[in-house]
Amino acid sequence: MARRAILGYRRENGSVGVRNHVIILPVDDISNAACEAVGNNIKGTLALPHAYGRLQFGEDLDLHFRTMIGTGSNPNVAAVVVIGIEAGWTQKIVDGIAKTGKPVKGFSIEGKGDIQTIADASRQAKEYVQWASELQRTECGLEELYISVKCGESDTTTGLSSCPTVGNVIDKHCASGGIASFGETSELTGAEHIVAAKAADEQVRKDFMAAFEDYTKLVFNQKTDDLSESQPTKGNIAGGLTTIEEKALGNVEKLGKKTKFVGCLAPAVAPTKPGLWFMDTSSAAAEAVTLWAASGAVVHLFPTGQGNVIGNPIEPVIKLSGNPKTVSKMAEHIDLDVSKILQGEMTIDEAGDALLDMIVRTANGRLTAAEALGHREFVMTKLYRSA
Amino acid sequence: MIHFLVHDTADDVGVAVVDLDAGTDCVGRNLATNSALKARAVQAIPLGHKLALKDFAVGDSVTKYGCEIGRIVQPVKAGEHVHVHNLKTKRWA
Repeated sequence: MARRAILGYRRENGSVGVRNHVIILPVDDISNAACEAVGNNIKGTLALPHAYGRLQFGEDLDLHFRTMIGTGSNPNVAAVVVIGIEAGWTQKIVDGIAKTGKPVKGFSIEGKGDIQTIADASRQAKEYVQWASELQRTECGLEELYISVKCGESDTTTGLSSCPTVGNVIDKHCASGGIASFGETSELTGAEHIVAAKAADEQVRKDFMAAFEDYTKLVFNQKTDDLSESQPTKGNIAGGLTTIEEKALGNVEKLGKKTKFVGCLAPAVAPTKPGLWFMDTSSAAAEAVTLWAASGAVVHLFPTGQGNVIGNPIEPVIKLSGNPKTVSKMAEHIDLDVSKILQGEMTIDEAGDALLDMIVRTANGRLTAAEALGHREFVMTKLYRSA
Repeated sequence: MIHFLVHDTADDVGVAVVDLDAGTDCVGRNLATNSALKARAVQAIPLGHKLALKDFAVGDSVTKYGCEIGRIVQPVKAGEHVHVHNLKTKRWA
């Protein structure tokens, strides 16, 4: 297949982004107010308030740092202002992001107070946003984009149309040397044998099954029923999905027909080579997409049946649906209508090509429906209670 | 017009791709073979919901995508609506 060009931002470390954000990143929940003030002072910057960052420990703290550093390191981000309550953890995040070579500076609140911190950080944010505004898009390869995939508010039409459309793109993107990632560990229940059979080798298969069984244990340890209203969700059920097995079998249509996955990633860990990767994520849309953005994904493909409205501040989320009612009643949320598949008037391969076209347009700067509507769900994954 | 789709030849349920009224004689398509199918919806079945392609007894498995998707908990006749009232997960139970 001929190399397909996009117009992207080539970052200091050679990675390719499709957006040019200057983000104001809080280390912790109590720095949200300062970050939002800076975001409000300096137009064109983006504050990313979140709920955590204090008294976490162990694996949960590691994931917090990985998510913060990964978010700042994402190629869709031009420069970063980090604000934390104290200097130590703030600097740790600054140092992690600085490894990419992009501009980043930290500010801490203790000893100065919010107002002085906001003034200092705003001056830096203004410099960054003016510098970033002069960066130009250059020609890059479509295969240089790291694409993440996850569906939401699925119904039976997603398994028939929008998920196999994404699978078709995965096959084409990975065959041309691209990187992609899928996850939703709990939502593979009932189709885990299909996923396991797509592992590139025995070690990858074992790693996948270990992550899957670990999540299954979590469900069994915490459940009070068979999760019949959480997995599937009420929306899934309204759309005709009855059991988790049925939902999972539709979900894994996103993995494509030919592609084997080359490795398993802990949450928010970046892939290290081309190909399709499994990431151990929640199936909740905002949490999962936040983890993929923190792993460096620059475009997300989101099939929906009943009409999930999620977006992400870092990664543009492209929504596609094959449900004719949803594409009509919730048209403002849908970037690509593949409902003709249900009547046999569009093949999966044609739909895949249409989705590739939409990826190119989005990469070149077209705002997704979620971006235009202001959906910026930034949700940290928390593994357990803080100390 | 196609009324319902079937993922795999082994499947014993189809998916309505339009809203079906009770009594509709339906035209379906098997996506694995691209062959035509026929069935009669004996109950109203909304777009996206499942149509039984055979009779099921309590305890029977239901197959979709060629795989088990759960077990029948209320008897079902061919042409009836298969959903949470008569089909339950075998997992996490």
